Amino acid sequence: MTTTVSSQAPRAALPGSAIIVALTAFLACMLTPTGARAADFDLATLFDRLAKERPAHAQFRERKYLALLTEPVESSGELAFTPPDRLEKRTISPKPDVVIIDRGQIILERGGRRQVLELAENPGIAVLVESIRSTLAGDLAALLRAYSVRLDGDSSNWRLVLRPRDASLTTLVERIEIGGADAQMRTVEIVQADGDRSVMTISPSTVR
Amino acid sequence: MGSRRVALGLWVAGLAFCLWTITHARFVADLSAFLPATPTTAQRFLVDQLRDGALSRVMLIGIEGADAAARAEISRSVARALVADPRFASVANGTTSGFARERELLFEHRYALSPNVKPERFTVEGLHAAIAETIDLLASPAGLLVKSLVPRDPTGELLAVLERMRPAAAPRTADGVFVSPDGNRAILIARTRASGSDIDAQAQAIASVERAFAHASASVGAADAKLRLTGPGAFSVLSRAMIVRDVERLAIASTLVVATLLLVAYRSPIALALGLVPVVCGALAGVAAVSIGFGTVHGITLGFGTTLIGEAVDYSIYLFVQAERDRAPGNDAWVAGFWPTVRLGVLTSIAGFSALLLSGLPGLAQLGLYSIVGLVVAAAVTRFVLPALLPTRFRIRDLSPLGSRLTRVAEFGAKRRWIVAVLAVAAVATLVVHRDTLWDPELASLNPVPMSERALDAELRASVGAFDARWMIAVNGSTADGALAAAEAVGRRLDALVADGKLAGYESPAVLLPSTATQRARLASLPEADVLRTRVAAALAQTPLRPDKVEPFIADVAVARVAPPVTRDTFKGTAIDHALDGLLFPTSSGQWTALIGLRSPIGGTIDAAAVRYAVHDAGNAVLLDVRTEVDRLYAGYLERAQIMSAVGAAAIVVLLLVALRSPARVARVLAPLAAAVLVVAGMHALMGTRLSLLHLIGLLLVVAIGSNYALFFDRMAHIRDASAARTLASLALANVSTVASFGILSLSSIPVLNSIGGTAALGALCALVFAAMLVTSDRANDRPGGPVA
Repeated sequence: MTTTVSSQAPRAALPGSAIIVALTAFLACMLTPTGARAADFDLATLFDRLAKERPAHAQFRERKYLALLTEPVESSGELAFTPPDRLEKRTISPKPDVVIIDRGQIILERGGRRQVLELAENPGIAVLVESIRSTLAGDLAALLRAYSVRLDGDSSNWRLVLRPRDASLTTLVERIEIGGADAQMRTVEIVQADGDRSVMTISPSTVR
Repeated sequence: MGSRRVALGLWVAGLAFCLWTITHARFVADLSAFLPATPTTAQRFLVDQLRDGALSRVMLIGIEGADAAARAEISRSVARALVADPRFASVANGTTSGFARERELLFEHRYALSPNVKPERFTVEGLHAAIAETIDLLASPAGLLVKSLVPRDPTGELLAVLERMRPAAAPRTADGVFVSPDGNRAILIARTRASGSDIDAQAQAIASVERAFAHASASVGAADAKLRLTGPGAFSVLSRAMIVRDVERLAIASTLVVATLLLVAYRSPIALALGLVPVVCGALAGVAAVSIGFGTVHGITLGFGTTLIGEAVDYSIYLFVQAERDRAPGNDAWVAGFWPTVRLGVLTSIAGFSALLLSGLPGLAQLGLYSIVGLVVAAAVTRFVLPALLPTRFRIRDLSPLGSRLTRVAEFGAKRRWIVAVLAVAAVATLVVHRDTLWDPELASLNPVPMSERALDAELRASVGAFDARWMIAVNGSTADGALAAAEAVGRRLDALVADGKLAGYESPAVLLPSTATQRARLASLPEADVLRTRVAAALAQTPLRPDKVEPFIADVAVARVAPPVTRDTFKGTAIDHALDGLLFPTSSGQWTALIGLRSPIGGTIDAAAVRYAVHDAGNAVLLDVRTEVDRLYAGYLERAQIMSAVGAAAIVVLLLVALRSPARVARVLAPLAAAVLVVAGMHALMGTRLSLLHLIGLLLVVAIGSNYALFFDRMAHIRDASAARTLASLALANVSTVASFGILSLSSIPVLNSIGGTAALGALCALVFAAMLVTSDRANDRPGGPVA
């Protein structure tokens, strides 16, 4: 079953969005739809289930396939979500790197340097982050303001395809594909317009 | 009558000259005139900065009210207007289009600007390490952002440059413009071409902003939007406006009150008009003298001028009231009997004010010169011109009956002179108890700018970050490049402190624009294309990056090797250029100064001793703690004024000793003055008012004015004639007018004026009462064998 919904185009987007896109993907992974019968499985159903937030931790392994490099580069680490609005991506290998979205801020830590960005400074990123939160809150309408969303498959093997509505974002990210099965997010694939892509596989860890 | 004609002729010519001088005078109002003229290097630098430096040219513009979108639109419109305005050197409001131009320039010149560019970075090992780092970055969340840079910049020099330049705190932006942290105010940072002390130019710049704002808010349709302006220039304009307003108001009020008093006393409009002639002449001569002597006239000097009404009017009061019943004022008898006393009073005042004149502080010296010239001219006009102006049958109401009543009051008081002693002792005790909090150590107490405006300024500054530079290091060079090289030398010392965690970092102009020598050294460490290509191939052997992907890098390096060094012109019109404005500038002496701002370690304070030690042998570096330096500057100034006041007091004592030829008499004349000074100072201490420099001037005025009273009482005690009652009446009238005019000054909102006014009004009253009590009693004591009162 396929559902495509469209809405008006968002306003603007800024650089830095890749991080947000990655986080969007990660967030999507946190969404854990409960088992549902195929006949009932559509976006509304999925998001109704996603609306039930709870803290979650997961391991991730991410491979980036770049035309620039002869082989993919790999990174791995942990993901964490604390409802209602704190998201963390902790890369452990090859270099420690932390990205946190907490309320109105994006906090970046790398090489002992810490940088705080205000979401309010970057309306484009804000649109992305708010759409993430909308997703977590099961607010499909808000997500649809930023992306066109397509849902393929059924509850045992589904795939969300998000395409940014903003033209300036599409040069950075062509689409985000989130694959999952039942309550599990399995993969998040970010595909750029030039064909470079990153594939993140997620394996849930126990809640700490 | 020939000498009278000469006097009148001189007077008219003098008046004309004064008026001509005043119409050509330049009036200023910045408080830096009240800073020392010959401070230490660090202080001179600060004073220069406060008065004319880059810091003085910053204007912060806040836009409040309406809604965020309207504020942003107004901000953009105002910025467009100011960019086109020749009065402004630069305007920043956050609409930087993402610093695209700056990024482009930094990328183009990355090999001259990156601190990482060294010979070892371009060896096989160095290249391998740098490129491996970049490949790791590609794996990170930022990977997708930086990947497009890799072919041209595989060693990550642009990121190194950006990282180095990243400010501690960038202003927050919303809707594309700078806003306050709460988002309720749009903020623009403008730099005027004129210095902060050029008040006329600053006023024009402010008018430009106001016009642009009015136009913008009208076209946006945001009638409820409000404009807030702060910064040194805006404050100078505000100060001047406040001073002019207060001076006008106070001069009018003071004149009205004194005129009413004199009219009630004289019951003759002609006497009133004539009585004010010496005052007006004195004021005009004072302003003219200051204009000639200093080139400019400070607004505070004009405000102080109103106090002269209170003192100079005394002379004509003496002339009119002391005249004998059946004789014209100014007759030979008055000249012989009273003029010497008036003259001695004028001389003691001059002695007191000389302290101000010689204080070495331009603002105070102006007050001193103004007072001395004003009083001398007022007294001379009273003595030589006024009698000639009087109508032939000029008489005023006889104030002898009032004088007789006052004589009885004075004698009553004289029997209770112990009260003065008790008050003086109590005052001394109060002063001793409050000795630690007696003096106000802060310069801010002189600032006429209201607290609310200063708070707004601090808020705006905090909002835009970067400007909160309490700790700075200043280095000089004979050229801009020399200053940059010196800043680099200091930077190398500071790097060690940063590594030790003693500093969070620093902002140096040499980071934005390295010295030519440093740039040449960096570019010289770039290998030739063929050499580089060979080394890159070796460095990339074990990596997923293929050497052919970084051919653009090899091409860029080849271009960079032969490129001319980056100069200030390279960055012209960019945010980097504007940042350099505040950090690298020529000084008044033709040298160049580089300013390095220090950032405190997180959660800690700057270890000044460690920093000072680290940079002590780095050329001519001076560590400045702006906040305490300004206060220290003022403390030194206050101390100096205290010393000069003491010298002035000593001069008065010497003068009286010479004139009166009797230490005992001098002691009696000085006793009421000393008591008045102590009681007024004690009163301030008791009410919790900390004494500033201005209170000190007020006390000096008390001595100057009070000495007239004491000398007249002294004269009455020694020359006992029928004039005593009239003399006393004249003193009472003079005192009431003095107290009234200073009392009005104490209502001023300008600290400089209200401190002086309040102190002098109370002091003058005390001086008269104490003189009456202490010096009148003299009469009984002087008579050998007479009854002790």
